Amino acid sequence: MAMQTLTNRSKVVSNKKMTLWEKIYLPAIVKGLSITFFGHFFKRKVTFSYPDKQREFSPVYRGRHVLKRDDQGRERCTACGLCALACPAEAITIVAAERKPGEENLYREEKYAATYEINMLRCIFCGLCEEVCPKEAIFLTDQIVHSEYERPTFIYGKDKLVESVDNPVDVSKRQTKSVLEFKKNTGFAHNR
Amino acid sequence: MIKLTIDNIEVEVEEGTTILNAARKIGGKVVPPAMCYYSKLDCSGGKCRVCLVKVAQSSAKDPRPMPKLVASCSTMAQDGMVVQNITSPEVLEARKAIVEFLLLNHPLDCPVCDQAGECDLQDLAYSFGSENTRSREERSVHKQEDIGPYIQLNKNRCILCYRCINTANQLTDQRVHGMLFRGDHAEISTYIEKSVENDFSGNIIDVCPVGALTDKTSRFKSRVWFTKPYDAHRECPKCNGKVVLWMKGNEVLRVTAPKDKNGEVEHFICNECRFEKKEVSDWKIDGPRTIERTSVISLNHYTNIDKLNKEEK
Ligand code: SF4
Ligand code: SF4
Ligand code: SF4
Ligand code: SF4
Ligand code: FES
Repeated sequence: MAMQTLTNRSKVVSNKKMTLWEKIYLPAIVKGLSITFFGHFFKRKVTFSYPDKQREFSPVYRGRHVLKRDDQGRERCTACGLCALACPAEAITIVAAERKPGEENLYREEKYAATYEINMLRCIFCGLCEEVCPKEAIFLTDQIVHSEYERPTFIYGKDKLVESVDNPVDVSKRQTKSVLEFKKNTGFAHNR
Repeated sequence: MIKLTIDNIEVEVEEGTTILNAARKIGGKVVPPAMCYYSKLDCSGGKCRVCLVKVAQSSAKDPRPMPKLVASCSTMAQDGMVVQNITSPEVLEARKAIVEFLLLNHPLDCPVCDQAGECDLQDLAYSFGSENTRSREERSVHKQEDIGPYIQLNKNRCILCYRCINTANQLTDQRVHGMLFRGDHAEISTYIEKSVENDFSGNIIDVCPVGALTDKTSRFKSRVWFTKPYDAHRECPKCNGKVVLWMKGNEVLRVTAPKDKNGEVEHFICNECRFEKKEVSDWKIDGPRTIERTSVISLNHYTNIDKLNKEEK
């Protein structure tokens, strides 16, 4: 039974002998080169000579992660584990700890992430961790993950991921509409 | 024996059976959810109202419908009764409203709460509650209280189901905690900060449908979906020693009593088994526990079970 074709563009392969004109290949080579020369040579190049020139990043580019702090400089992440659950690459490892009295200015909730590691070699920058986070703690940014010589250095811990208090990372463009809407509800303690 | 129909399914039960238990005999989706009724505890039920059903025909002798929705956990089945649960839009709407009431003062705590992933209220909210809250008022916040080294109490999450009080009354010889105040101000408390210490007091953790009572010895150790449940047993002089171990790698993070398909414990276990035996060598492991596919816990992959058993020998 002949196989049913999916499109009408299929061609039947034939095994007929090549003529001498076809055998010397030169005309075919000339034809190909002329396409390169007239068709593409004078077109604007799509490549950039990085790093001299750099492309502009989209505001929602999915680059390396940042762990945000809230307005008072407290870490937002509460080690709920949803990002690690959602991560298709299983790149995230979290160890939770209980906040001690006196640490209220460091951590937002009574539980916090004592260890938070992302293996950047495993991460596929899908952004699911950002999407799932109920505390708006993790965001992907427009920064890129730098190349390194050693594998272990690709495991980013809290020292690299948590933003510094003085130099916060702007993620306002990444916030979804529903989140901004939810934040207006002052019935919940964390929106006040 | 009497015969009744629940959601067009006929079932035969003994006289004196509640509608809820008759539905449980059928099983599956027609079973109403229960947040306060607990078949292992006397006098439980009638508080949360999530088990409301519609009685379209009271009995064979009296074919009139019941005027209002009734709590299936505390209404006896009658011969010839016709009950509607998921086939009645009225019931589903009422249940949705009840869930909204339960959530009215409930904190948005799931990311922090150790019960998340095995919480009846979370499941209910997911299936009935709408995403948004309609209240703008502040949620009630209770002063937190330390009730000893084993059990963590979070009053804000309590839904006032009285299960823990019934457990303490019926299982232990001295109940030291109870419900204080009335209505909106009601809270679970020991009145003066007194620790709940009794050989079987840990069972109030298992009966609590929400995260108001959680295990302090495994507090924040892991989220439940990163741990793997194993059936295990040991020789215990106080209880029958059959438990579920929640493990991560070779570490026993938490010990609970095994739960049946209605979410109730099969039997109560003692505090020694629950809180003090946290080594693999304390236990004989029987095998991985079957978890419903729909549960987030089933995302775990069972590996190394043979290795565990070998190490034990
Ligand atoms: S971006 Fe995707 S792959 Fe990377 S850590 Fe987040 S969830 Fe995992
Ligand atoms: S980053 Fe967000 S999702 Fe991940 S553990 Fe922290 S709070 Fe949870
Ligand atoms: S008790 Fe249940 S619904 Fe409430 S915060 Fe804990 S997990 Fe969430
Ligand atoms: S602490 Fe738990 S078991 Fe006790 S009344 Fe509250 S919700 Fe029910
Ligand atoms: S289970 Fe029936 S009222 Fe709570």
